[in-house]
Amino acid sequence: MTNHWIDYKNSDVIMNFGGNTAENHPISMKWIQKAREERGAKLIVVDPRVTRTAAVADLYAPIRPGTNIAFLSGLINYALENELYHKEYVLNYTNASSLIDPGFGFNDGLFTGSKAAENGQYTYDKATWAYQTDAEGKTLKDETLQDPNCVFQLMKKHYSRYDVKTVSEITGCPEDKFREVAELFCSTGKAGKAGSILYAMGVTQFTHGSQNVRSVAILQLLLGNIGIAGGGVNAQRGQSNVQGACDVGQLYHILTGYMPMPKDAEKDFAGYNATTPKSGYWTNRPKFLVSMLKAWYGNKATSDNDFCFDYLPKLDKDRSHVAMYKYMAQGEIKGMFCFADNPAVGGPTAYRKREYAKKLDWLVVADIFENETAAFWKAPGENPEEIDTEVFLLPAALHFEKDGTITNSGRWIQWRYKAQEPLGDAKPDLWIVDRLFKAVRKAYEAGGKFPDPILDMVWDYGDDADAVKVAMEINGYDAAGALVENFTKLADDGSTSCGSWIYAGYYNNESDPPCKRREKETEGIGSNSKWAFAWPVNRRIVYNRCSCDPEGKPWNPELPVLWWDGSEWKRNDVPDFNATVPPADTAQKPFIMTPELQARLFSSSMAEGPFPEHYEPWESPVANKMSKIQFNPVSKVWYPGDNAEVGSSEFPYIATSYRLTEHYQSGIMTRNMPWLNEVMPEMFVEISPSLAGKIGVKSGDKVIVESKRAQMECKVAVTPRLKPLKVNGEEKEIVGMFFHWGFMGLSKGASANDLIPSIGDANTTIPEYKAFLCNIRRVG
Amino acid sequence: MKISRRSFLWISGAAITGSLALKLGCAPKQPTTEPGGPVDVEDLRIQYAETTTAICPICGVGCGILVYTENGKIVATEGDPDHPINEGALCSKGSALFNMYYTYNEKGEAVPNPQRMTKVLYRAPKSKDWEVKDWDWALTTIAERVKKTRDEYFQEKNKDGVTVNRCTALAWLGSAMCNNEENYLFQKFCRSLGITNVDHCARL
Repeated sequence: MTNHWIDYKNSDVIMNFGGNTAENHPISMKWIQKAREERGAKLIVVDPRVTRTAAVADLYAPIRPGTNIAFLSGLINYALENELYHKEYVLNYTNASSLIDPGFGFNDGLFTGSKAAENGQYTYDKATWAYQTDAEGKTLKDETLQDPNCVFQLMKKHYSRYDVKTVSEITGCPEDKFREVAELFCSTGKAGKAGSILYAMGVTQFTHGSQNVRSVAILQLLLGNIGIAGGGVNAQRGQSNVQGACDVGQLYHILTGYMPMPKDAEKDFAGYNATTPKSGYWTNRPKFLVSMLKAWYGNKATSDNDFCFDYLPKLDKDRSHVAMYKYMAQGEIKGMFCFADNPAVGGPTAYRKREYAKKLDWLVVADIFENETAAFWKAPGENPEEIDTEVFLLPAALHFEKDGTITNSGRWIQWRYKAQEPLGDAKPDLWIVDRLFKAVRKAYEAGGKFPDPILDMVWDYGDDADAVKVAMEINGYDAAGALVENFTKLADDGSTSCGSWIYAGYYNNESDPPCKRREKETEGIGSNSKWAFAWPVNRRIVYNRCSCDPEGKPWNPELPVLWWDGSEWKRNDVPDFNATVPPADTAQKPFIMTPELQARLFSSSMAEGPFPEHYEPWESPVANKMSKIQFNPVSKVWYPGDNAEVGSSEFPYIATSYRLTEHYQSGIMTRNMPWLNEVMPEMFVEISPSLAGKIGVKSGDKVIVESKRAQMECKVAVTPRLKPLKVNGEEKEIVGMFFHWGFMGLSKGASANDLIPSIGDANTTIPEYKAFLCNIRRVG
Repeated sequence: MKISRRSFLWISGAAITGSLALKLGCAPKQPTTEPGGPVDVEDLRIQYAETTTAICPICGVGCGILVYTENGKIVATEGDPDHPINEGALCSKGSALFNMYYTYNEKGEAVPNPQRMTKVLYRAPKSKDWEVKDWDWALTTIAERVKKTRDEYFQEKNKDGVTVNRCTALAWLGSAMCNNEENYLFQKFCRSLGITNVDHCARL
């Protein structure tokens, strides 16, 4: 989130787009209701289904799964055509005035530089996706925004294709309903008004998920809704520490603090550092990298050996979840660890996760209950005698049986204290990984393949690993050997250490570490700066220079985040800019993390193109109305032929997946809690009354739901929450399914994720869980 | 953080004598009478409990939870009224957290959730069952497997002679359900062994 949960109360219009706050993040709903009660705020919900958030909304608009870009592009076009955007904000804080290479263009679904590749897909040479520059390399601009090659004019041209009628035909949202949404949300495109967009997996889990998020960001930038109280691009995280696990690098493509993994092509330390951005705050990256290496390799890391940079593995290719399992199927992966993760139910095409696990020599699982991933050899229909994989299932402690921090969606890092000892032989994951590492290190003390990175690794957290010691290492130490105050004190000469630079400051002293603070705000805008610690540097709203006009006057004086009083900056939050200088010096530099220092309405960093473009999901009932390019042209097709054809008569219904309030993710936690099983006892799918009539079922009947990849049997609920949508003039039905069930636990049931395709977004490889095709029929 | 027992709840609750609010925190046991106390008031389950502050392990909102323990055992959980985000409120999953730890047997007594993992389990190739093992055996055996796989498949240089120091035969899935400090050690563990197949549920 750019903002945080409590900040919802400062909004004028809240759009829940591809998220379901009331059911999946229930407690935060109170802050939406507070905005409505105290500010007269309006709530818009855009969703394929009338969720419980939609039920209380001021305005609900339906949308066909997989058409977010068309919908959001329609809103962007509406703002541009009707001049509802925030002009001064757009001119100063975004790259709207930057001039783009005259060779740049777009034709029939493809941007310039495309080249046909395997499986009917494309690659891009991004040479024309670039700024025009002067002799010194400075970007040329036209502050009148009239030059046909300026970002603003290119945007207008690109988005003019998304008129209301076209958007309605693609998305299935009636034209009048779409207009109502556009009018209401674009009313926030002026000073003093705040619009917030809350999203979740209904925006990200698509083959174009990243461009969905970019569309949200572009709309918010046009309306001047980033960096202000009550605004923002707010990802509502589904899991309690999904934010933190990413922050400390539990992903294939990054080290800690979002530093990229070294790659083969960079060759060495110098090659890696040569990729450091030339301007913006990321110019400090060498300091963060060297400090991380010092935290990991201590005295062994010196400037003479590039601080042990070569100890880090280099990344050869995509090794994300979908890719990793493909490599497992191909026999490349022999041994796997799986901590508190249950891909055998939660992964895309989940049954294949169970199938591919048979290819492993060994599998180590740590969890609090026996999950399907560990018990794959017991799955219905399996013959254990034919499965050679060794499985170690380690008993893990529950959350209140250990110390440590988790990070919420608002980036608040909060300490959680141990309340009781773990049950039986169960141990905290910290203890398990600590002991495992020590056992591996011991094995390597007698020799082995390149043991140096293992033997030299700093690993000293006590006999029973102490979370405080780890926290202090993550926070880091300054040149004097004291806990470092924040990341501005880090250096690239080896004098400082820091496990994850963005966490510097969260545990910067032993007596009153910020992540343990519990002082509630009594007056202000809801920042609660003395409650826990928010990364970076305890900043609650990022990009907050944008909360003021170029002269430093808050756009909304009633909710000032920061303001220039004529001689100095006053603050309700930690400034995201140099606040030691007068406002003129930062007036066009509010986005310190981009090299441009401005937000990118046009970005060359995306795989698909500088502007988001609508493509259909991998499985779609219709041809793409916008161009000849049916599907994201640069997504990697891992399983060619694994999808139903466009407009398939065998799989005629649109399928989507979502969650229940009473169960959680792959269900392994909640399906073992009798109270929750009592309220929500079994797996079911949802269909509309019209589809129920068509296939001859009523609520409670058993059905078979089938996709190109798998089928499952469960009960059906017939509900007016789902309605067919008119797509290109034709009615299309939707089947909605919950994905919490598996074959283990107290409550057992069919796994909806068995049906999901293993196809991902071109930038992140997040799988397309939210839009595919299926058939549904009555059992018997 | 061990904070003092939320005695004001008890005191104010007792003053209202057996209010509904009080009963919400009561164990479903037979009522007892406090000497000199109101006769119709049941024992408050958290009456003598110590309080620990925690954060809900479910979604990304990060609600505060108060965990009550007596003799080192959790006796109740509830929303933390001092927490600025949830202000004491919890959703259906957050309200049910106690049930992840303890369930009730036929006699109405709280017993550790019988579904929980409490032993190290091992499944040998072709086996139809788990075997119970101890930690020492498991740690040593897993370390042997790791070393064998790593030593066999470790790649020091790629075909162009670039130092790559990786082992692509190993994979690691971490978790959005584990603490930051745990995930950080996962990262150190993985990278020191040369593991590049590293991901977690955030990707999904």
